[in-house]
Amino acid sequence: MANYNLKINGKSYQVDVEGDTPLLWVLRDHLGLVGTKYSCGIAQCGACKVLVKNDAVPACVLPVSQVGEDEVTTIEGLSEKGDHPLQEAWNEVDVAQCGYCQAGQIMAAAALLKNNPTPSEDEVMDAMNGNICRCGTYHRIKEAVLLASSKMK
Amino acid sequence: MKTLKTNRRDFLKIAATTGGGLLLGFHFTRCDSPSKMKVVTDEELMAQAVNYNSYLSISPDDHIVIFSPNPELGQNIKTSFPMIVAEELDADWSKVRVMQAFLDSEKYDRQVTGGSGAMPHSWERLRKAGATARRMLMEAAAKRLDVDISELSTEKGQVVHGKSKKKITYGDLAKEAAKLEVPQDVPLKKVKDFKIIGTPIKNVDNKAMFTGKPLFGLDFYREGMMNAMVQRAPFGMKIKSVDDEEAKKVSGVTEVFTFGDNVAIVGISTWPLMKAKQKLKVNYEPKNGKLESSEVHNELFTDLMKNGKAQVMRKNGNVSTAFRSAAKVVSAEYQCPFLSHSPMEPMNFFAHVKADGVELVGPTQTPDRARSAAAEIAGVDVEKVSVEMTRLGGGFGRRLRADFVEEAVTISKKIGAPVKVTWSREDDITGGAYRPAVRYRFEAALDKDNKMIGYKLRGVGMNAGNCTRENNFPSGSVDNLLIESIEYKSDLTTNAWRAPITNFLAFAEQSFLDEVAEAAGKDPVQFRMELLDRAKNNPVGEIHYDIDRMRGVIELVAEKSGWGQKKGVAQGLSVYFSHRSYVAQVAEVKMEQGNPVLERIYAATDCGIVVNPTGADQQVRGGMVDGMGHAMFTNMTFRDGAPLQKNFDNYRLIRMKEVPEIEVHFVDNEIDPTGLGEPALPPTGGAISNAIYWATGKRLRNQPFIEQEELKEYKIGQRA
Repeated sequence: MANYNLKINGKSYQVDVEGDTPLLWVLRDHLGLVGTKYSCGIAQCGACKVLVKNDAVPACVLPVSQVGEDEVTTIEGLSEKGDHPLQEAWNEVDVAQCGYCQAGQIMAAAALLKNNPTPSEDEVMDAMNGNICRCGTYHRIKEAVLLASSKMK
Repeated sequence: MKTLKTNRRDFLKIAATTGGGLLLGFHFTRCDSPSKMKVVTDEELMAQAVNYNSYLSISPDDHIVIFSPNPELGQNIKTSFPMIVAEELDADWSKVRVMQAFLDSEKYDRQVTGGSGAMPHSWERLRKAGATARRMLMEAAAKRLDVDISELSTEKGQVVHGKSKKKITYGDLAKEAAKLEVPQDVPLKKVKDFKIIGTPIKNVDNKAMFTGKPLFGLDFYREGMMNAMVQRAPFGMKIKSVDDEEAKKVSGVTEVFTFGDNVAIVGISTWPLMKAKQKLKVNYEPKNGKLESSEVHNELFTDLMKNGKAQVMRKNGNVSTAFRSAAKVVSAEYQCPFLSHSPMEPMNFFAHVKADGVELVGPTQTPDRARSAAAEIAGVDVEKVSVEMTRLGGGFGRRLRADFVEEAVTISKKIGAPVKVTWSREDDITGGAYRPAVRYRFEAALDKDNKMIGYKLRGVGMNAGNCTRENNFPSGSVDNLLIESIEYKSDLTTNAWRAPITNFLAFAEQSFLDEVAEAAGKDPVQFRMELLDRAKNNPVGEIHYDIDRMRGVIELVAEKSGWGQKKGVAQGLSVYFSHRSYVAQVAEVKMEQGNPVLERIYAATDCGIVVNPTGADQQVRGGMVDGMGHAMFTNMTFRDGAPLQKNFDNYRLIRMKEVPEIEVHFVDNEIDPTGLGEPALPPTGGAISNAIYWATGKRLRNQPFIEQEELKEYKIGQRA
């Protein structure tokens, strides 16, 4: 066990865990930030995506020892009042069915819009193809990303 | 508290005070409530709300609390059920607070999510719950204003006296109205007067879902709770020996023990359990006989199709005579693999076995089954078991079972502490209760005028029960018909998988009917319409589907897709009736650089009244994406009882770039609504395979499509 200092959602946390513990489980089991979801554990589905600096990273394969000083943003920290343009667009388009994958979808979209505020439809599909939605809400996810992008202009 | 005079136990019984017991531990705030509105917590609300019936409480501050009894797994019942109550109540939707009810067999009937059955089951009782409370509020207002009730009307949470222009809110009337005798047989609204039903109401959990609130079973946490994972035996195997020395050494693991043919690993948090599971060494041996492999299944299918003892499911006329006299015979075999349900949230459950009962919390489609299973293991009466349903991160039929609940109860009982059992993705896919693998053999006899005079279907299923749906179309439209089912008892556990049986049967049947249409030289729409005309005018035996509604969806999808009028695009039709709803689809495939590209699918659905257009649209869309993905990409194979696909790296699910455009249309009518969780899935595979056939001349008879010989010269999948 070792102590790790983490910067998450603008706050500092100290956790005492094994260094190989994936960030996902630190968030969920140790910090109570359960918005980041476990689904595959091998970086295939995107349900656990968080922002590390400006990139969407699968937290299920990121050992806590490698996070270092990097600022981490989870779905809980995307906005203070849940009113990030993506969160509002997700509501406006009424994207979700079961909803389990949607936090990861939103975080993947957040990284896309940080790096490319006005993506084309194809760029949205490229960026979102790493996130699985078992309910098949893909059309609405795409629509919501484009809507959020248009509102952020 | 008073007792209401009624014999409808699930409907008009005043509930015990629920206090804050129904909460999942977060403060629910509706997305579209004005932000300046003070957010009342669920606890505060329930402390003051007045209970009217199982579904409805009204708070003096005008909040309307509507309880949703059925588990929510993405079918949107938690939004559409309350809409129905609110409609008849004439509630102000912005003041409606929806709460997930616990399992309560006294108050509710059929707290199950399965079979697309909730809507038809509850439609009338939900309406009555709202209408009866509305009537009581009007009676209270009549008394207070000293006017005749016929002078009163209601709008958006208020009773209105037109003459005096006086308005009283429901909250204001809540206490006195609840003291009145419950009226019987209150009339319901006319469909044309609906104000909430038929409007797009957003999912009531949107805000919580999109801000990462703890909604799901895996998110549940209780102070002092332990975590557990389980190593399960491959199918047909039992434990020979366990070496848990290394697993026990993993820091954070508190206990490792064997129960049945499973090994439980217990600890404080999840990650050490995953590590320990890798270090666990379990030797297995076959329980009896040989272990199952996919190659063996293929041989079994061939053997049973020829020599199996078939159960006759339906017989009309004389097929032998018809086939002997036929001018043409068309025959083909279709086959599908096993499939895992693989919801995004892996199986999990929380159980706390105490001296006086069991507390269960988690994602289940059948809370009642979870309760009985827990009662039996803990050795207590079912009354001593409470079940709180979290939101389900998908189900698809997997959560109809209670195996994960049984594990949690067994482990909690053993360790004497509350515990949450978590399945890894690998556990979830390899410990499945799969969609059964099935092979069908179809034969059709055409006379010299190309009329279908004989039809045979023989199905062989692996633990599939009756793998046919003998009374579905085209039964009733063919003079001589024989439907037979053969079941092979496999060691592989199978279970209902979204649209059970029809999820593959519809593909096979609708593809085969196109084969017959081609042999008969008829357009696929015309061919089906002629059969339906026949069933309508001169039915053969019993008819279990509504012919006009089936024709209606075919006509609508033909109109919307411009059937037969497009150049350079191959169109494939499929139509299916399942789970009480009718869905027709047309897929369009275009050849681009020599490859068939699936561009678009049109759907026409008749589910009666569309309760919530935004939810309904996505149910159809999502069902189609599901049907498409599994038909095209997904395979589940076995070697010696062990699944060869273990995670999403080789158990392939459909992704965004592989999904074509989808257009969703509904038939507009006033028929009582039926469910939509399943009916849009079955027709999709057939529409796609038919379109691919008309584009390429390659007939796909087996799933998944991408692994078939017929498509090996093509690149299919992602859009160009």
